[in-house]
Amino acid sequence: MNLSYLLDPAHWDPSVSGSFPQLLLSHLWYVFLALLIGTVIALPIGLYIGHTGKGSFIAINAGNAGRSLPTLGLLMLMVTLLGLGLLPVLIALTVLVVPPILTSTYAGMRTLDRRVVDAAKGMGMRPWQVLTRVELPMALPVLMGGFRSAALQVVATATVAAAVGLGGLGRLLIDGLAVNDYSRVLAGAIVVAVLAVVLDLFLALVQRWVVSPGVSGRF
Amino acid sequence: MIQYLQNNSDTVLAALRQHLYLALVPVLLGFVIALPVGYLGVRFPWLYHPLVNTCGVLYSIPSLALFVFLPVVLGTKILSPLNIVVALTIYTVALLARTVADGLRSVDKLVNEAATAMGYRRLRRLVDVELPVALPVILAGLRVATVANISLVSVGALIGIGGLGQLFTRGFQLFYVEPIVVGIVLSVLLAGVADLVIVLVQRAVTPWARA
Repeated sequence: MNLSYLLDPAHWDPSVSGSFPQLLLSHLWYVFLALLIGTVIALPIGLYIGHTGKGSFIAINAGNAGRSLPTLGLLMLMVTLLGLGLLPVLIALTVLVVPPILTSTYAGMRTLDRRVVDAAKGMGMRPWQVLTRVELPMALPVLMGGFRSAALQVVATATVAAAVGLGGLGRLLIDGLAVNDYSRVLAGAIVVAVLAVVLDLFLALVQRWVVSPGVSGRF
Repeated sequence: MIQYLQNNSDTVLAALRQHLYLALVPVLLGFVIALPVGYLGVRFPWLYHPLVNTCGVLYSIPSLALFVFLPVVLGTKILSPLNIVVALTIYTVALLARTVADGLRSVDKLVNEAATAMGYRRLRRLVDVELPVALPVILAGLRVATVANISLVSVGALIGIGGLGQLFTRGFQLFYVEPIVVGIVLSVLLAGVADLVIVLVQRAVTPWARA
């Protein structure tokens, strides 16, 4: 195990192109964009299906379909069709983000106690109020679970983006392999794995913060 | 598309065969390892949370990172299929050990007490009562692990061995859509068929669930 690449201070200088901070930043940028676009698409659909119960077939099967789609193939197909650039990669990553968020939003809203929804209606809440004040807050723990698994998947898959010529931490893996520099490959693997774990911990904290104490039971 | 398949049937079939092997061997190995590991998490309750957390961390390691990292640890050649098999086995165990533990924990305590009262010793109770009752939960986890493995194998193409993934890299290098589409379709079909097989097995081995 050769950690020299990882521990070399020159590779941590933010002003050098290809340094860890720069790769990390571009990696996080792809992850952020994909999660943002994916959530903007999936959340309203999931909420609509969960609230109305219409089209539940889509929500249930989206998860399975998403899991079985081979990421690398999708990415390479998009680049082959659209050419190199950020857009094809974002499309491929967003396609990965949508299913888990859609499925978990739906699952979160279906598994909550329907009597609570009836009670909210009985108290005179409008459908919009039921959705935003009762259903969404109560579905949040499950929804956040889906969001976290989507985030992990995108962090992992964004490394694959380097294989089609983009930046991000995958550069260390792909370039290191190309020139047989295993110290660099090892550094890339470690940094990506640590990033995944840290991001998940961060999202766990976000979850603790956004989920109402009345739902989580953490008074 | 059909033209491509006709001209390259040997390549596609070889890729499919390798894909199947690389995805399913880890599922079997992972299942065999996850059963005792998951059981430990139930037998010794203080082990449950460390087990769940370790599984979570293992599963969050990106596949490409693990694929290129393992040769360094195992001392295998970078082109050895063993790297893919070991990496996917780790993911399978990480997914299934938790499901096995959750499945066994979901067995009604009264059922266990009844079995104990009828004279079942611990091991026979586990095999004859607890595992069958937990089977639907465990098999649901197995379905997730199998489908995830089948789609993950193709990432291995980036380090030279990846079953259908090789169709992706070839198509990408030649800027040629056909092999990529064929690879995606076959990979998704394979996942669907494997999923269906597990569902059918589940129906066959848990007849009481339909009663």
